[in-house]
Amino acid sequence: MNSLKPMRLIGAILFTAVVGLVMAAAQDAPDVGPQPKLVLKAMESHIGNITGHAAAAKSDYRRYCAGCHGDLGDANGENAIWLDPKPRDFTIATFKCRSTLTGTLPTDEDLYNTIGRGLTNSNMPIWNTFTKQQRADLVAYIKIFSPRWEKEKAGEPIKVGAEPPVTMDSIAHGKALFTKLECWKCHGPAGKGDGPSAGTLTDSKDNPIRPYNFALGKDDSRFKCGNTNQDIYKIFMTGVDGTPMPSFADVIQPNDAWDLVHFLRTLQINRHGKENEVLSAAHGVIPAYVDKNPPPASAPAETKSPGGGH
Amino acid sequence: MLLVMSLACSLLLCSSLMFAGTVSGKVTYTGVPAHQKPIDMGKEPSCAKQHATPVTTESIVTGPNNSLENVVVYISSGAPDDGQVPSQAVTFTQQGCQYLPHVLVMHTDQELKIVNADQTSHNIHPLAKINTEWNKSQPPGTPPISAKYDKPEFISVKCNIHPWMHGEFVVLKTNHYDVSKGGGTFKLPNLPAGKYTITAWHEDYGTQTADVTITGNETKDVNFTFKAKAY
Repeated sequence: MNSLKPMRLIGAILFTAVVGLVMAAAQDAPDVGPQPKLVLKAMESHIGNITGHAAAAKSDYRRYCAGCHGDLGDANGENAIWLDPKPRDFTIATFKCRSTLTGTLPTDEDLYNTIGRGLTNSNMPIWNTFTKQQRADLVAYIKIFSPRWEKEKAGEPIKVGAEPPVTMDSIAHGKALFTKLECWKCHGPAGKGDGPSAGTLTDSKDNPIRPYNFALGKDDSRFKCGNTNQDIYKIFMTGVDGTPMPSFADVIQPNDAWDLVHFLRTLQINRHGKENEVLSAAHGVIPAYVDKNPPPASAPAETKSPGGGH
Repeated sequence: MLLVMSLACSLLLCSSLMFAGTVSGKVTYTGVPAHQKPIDMGKEPSCAKQHATPVTTESIVTGPNNSLENVVVYISSGAPDDGQVPSQAVTFTQQGCQYLPHVLVMHTDQELKIVNADQTSHNIHPLAKINTEWNKSQPPGTPPISAKYDKPEFISVKCNIHPWMHGEFVVLKTNHYDVSKGGGTFKLPNLPAGKYTITAWHEDYGTQTADVTITGNETKDVNFTFKAKAY
């Protein structure tokens, strides 16, 4: 029995330290004086033929969301200090997963899908236990936290055309774009999240943030904002607001965007998919892309990738 | 004679010209300003080779006699905003992996043009909190990005690809502003008679204000002194 005593002592010390930390955090919180009053505005959401009502989500939000996102939606829930990446701050109304252009509000569907999908590599789980109505009500509820939802309309969703077939030509052009658009500066030459700028990145609240590592995971690997080719297309076209990932909507033509999607899939080296099938049929070699319609001679020369994909 | 003059004046709207006051002065600092660190652009050779001597950070730019540059001096109250948004755009250029100018002032709703003069991609990420935050990629050779802000705000701008790049957008609801230059001098001309509050803003040292009354065609001297922080 004596041998257990040191363990108990360590346990007691740890317990005291944790309680002390929590108390210190509570003291630091600006909870002195009158708390700002939350006004439960009559916000709505519209997902297909479902209408969500903010008032209906009040208890769900308190029970399932407030622990991280905070009672006031300000990302200061009691668990928030332990989380990385931090929970979304609904008072700013900046959202990562959108079908709309950078700087605009997401559509109701975007938020609805995020709740159901969860956010990979974060503490936001897949809330597939909620009914569709519950999710729609929660989408309406998070709109009460920012006045932007009363002043602005959601952005226009970007158009995603039909996906062309996966060919080696498409993958090779995608690779050339990955180099030219300097995706590798953060994501690394092989998409492992180890580019020269990767270590310096911070989100808009100055918290360190990592670029996505494409090489991790197998068939189950997910992106933050979905896992279909259409989702990948939307992620780089709209950008991931609040993070270093910019929007490329102004600089990538729709067809070129699909080529980039096809190349990005080959960076998921352990994934089984048509992109990797095309690549392995060519023994894993992506040929240099030859532009059939070269730009005029005065155009700036393409910069060379320091590594190459494979 | 007076009557004729005042009549002519009101017709020509010359009262503001004849009785235009000016506020001018100098911005200085006391103490020891933080050392500006040299920037290693080795990871971006196309930018590094544009600088014969290594550039440093620009958060504090000083001149002779303790003068402080890049301070935005503007009328924060007293001059009713005439609502005139300048039709000409202001331009923010990325060159040699630096922002030119480091501090760019614009009127609300004035067009802002962002140019990439480099041979490398930049992403322009103005960290707006009152206005909306956006983040766009701008590869070399692409057309300027056009933007505007509809609310007054001090907005830090960064490029996530080149973490040393840092600038400031200052969105004001007045056209009466100046940015202190070499020697820390500034000048706010064309001020009709009235009581004004002048605000001086520096990205690291914060704001200071001074009240001034313009009675006619005169130049009032207003100086600002910021206390330098060592780090």
